[in-house]
Amino acid sequence: MSFIKVNRPKLKWYEHLYFPTLFGGLKITLGHAIRSVKSTTRGKKEMNSSGLGITMQYPETKWDEFLPDWYRGVPALVTDEQERERCVSCQLCEFICPPKAIRITPGEIEDGNEWAKVEKAPKEFDIDMTRCIYCGLCEEVCPEQAIYLRQDYSITGLSRKDLMHDKEKLYEIGGKRVGLVNKWNKLK
Amino acid sequence: MDAFFIISTLIKIVVITFLLLLPMIAYSVYAERRVSAIIQDRVGPNRVGFQGLLQPIADGIKFLLKEEFTPGHVRKGFFILAPILTMAPALITVAVIPFGSDIILNTGRTLALSIAQVEIGPLFIFAIASISVYGIAIAGWASNSKYAYFGSVRSAAQMISYEIALGLSIIPVLMLFGSFNLNDMINYQAEHGWLLLPISIGHEHGVTKEGLLTWFPMLIAFIIFTVSIFAETNRMPFDLPECETELVGGYHTEYSSMKFALFFLGEYAAMIVGSAVIVTIFLGGWSLPFGLSHTEFLSSGSIWAGLIHIGCFLAKLIGFIVFFIWVRWSIPRFRYDQLMKLGWVVFFELALVNVVITAVILYFLAR
Repeated sequence: MSFIKVNRPKLKWYEHLYFPTLFGGLKITLGHAIRSVKSTTRGKKEMNSSGLGITMQYPETKWDEFLPDWYRGVPALVTDEQERERCVSCQLCEFICPPKAIRITPGEIEDGNEWAKVEKAPKEFDIDMTRCIYCGLCEEVCPEQAIYLRQDYSITGLSRKDLMHDKEKLYEIGGKRVGLVNKWNKLK
Repeated sequence: MDAFFIISTLIKIVVITFLLLLPMIAYSVYAERRVSAIIQDRVGPNRVGFQGLLQPIADGIKFLLKEEFTPGHVRKGFFILAPILTMAPALITVAVIPFGSDIILNTGRTLALSIAQVEIGPLFIFAIASISVYGIAIAGWASNSKYAYFGSVRSAAQMISYEIALGLSIIPVLMLFGSFNLNDMINYQAEHGWLLLPISIGHEHGVTKEGLLTWFPMLIAFIIFTVSIFAETNRMPFDLPECETELVGGYHTEYSSMKFALFFLGEYAAMIVGSAVIVTIFLGGWSLPFGLSHTEFLSSGSIWAGLIHIGCFLAKLIGFIVFFIWVRWSIPRFRYDQLMKLGWVVFFELALVNVVITAVILYFLAR
């Protein structure tokens, strides 16, 4: 049989009176209220609650240790073991970015540098955090493993300018990332 | 009408309305938010001041500073009149509620702790409180919007189905007291124990046959009266005029800023006054339980006895307000036909039968 017939529950006479069940409802909510006040609410520990009920009160307590590995936070650029920029300014991330938050000005690596003529490097790399939607497509599309979505999420600023992450800021957030595939350096 | 009467009445108006009722309205909004939060395992507003105790002030400032937007399609005069008509009756009805026992001053004068001592207490309250439904009906009509209109129509229909049960339910109580005066009712309960707790140990009456026999009819009257007050104040199982899930905001959909706040506060004022009436009629008003208010010290009319009685009244009032809030966050809204059925088929008949039962009991007791 492809269907299940569900019968209406047969109510007892006192349930038809409505009043006793009304008090049943009041009892349930009172139970929740008492557990809240005594701070024994179910699931309190799992939700990292910091007071009444299961609510986590944000700036004081944070969700950080519960963040999953795949959590997508703020995007940032990384350098490799030799402090070399991984980004080669191919601009794939700029083209795929759905809200057009990324803006790259490609450039050469200057002459005196050890890595000059090996690859290109971004002259400017801006991510507009007022536009970024944390989708992670830039990380996915990057052939050089240069851009990553970090676990940081509280990106705040007092003006729009504060939320324009330039190259310096992006490397500061991203930092050094080791153990990735190396294409162009001597560790290969 | 002497100078003492005028001055004392003015002082009472200022103290009771502006220092007692308005802060109570503000803090019952706060209580509503905190109690609903702990019922739903949340925290509620706890940031403004210690444990969020300054939240009502922040809310008030927010309402005052918001844009006062009047849509172009409304009937202006009635649109402005409606919130006033909702708020004012609740503030007027508080005039007859006795907040404590009479205080005998040093000069030998008696100071009653209600603004007006009228002989028709409950009738006055019903008459004035019913005006607030005009506020809602006018708001819905003047808004010229379908949601507001539905809300006001529902409100009017709800009013006529509950006002009858409300009025009929206290007739047994009035037959027992033999008086319309709220002070007489409280004095009777101070002596014989509360209507719902007819035990008096501070007095020679003890447990009377009269009290026990009328206890059950009084309980029925209490239930009908309380449920009708819930409907009258548009509180949760009967908040069909607002009904956020169906009617956006109901009758106050088109209102903003302080005009909306007047509706909002009017609802809470009505809730507080409704609780005060229930406490006065059924739970002994300012009197202590078990006839303890009839002892020599507490009935002496000293300032201390008055303060104890005021505290007792406020404690009962706050308890009842918390009960109102608790019910709101426990019980789902009635469907419209269920509401009508409950009003016309159940409570109306039950109240009538209750009148007859009480009359028979009182007839045999009087013989």
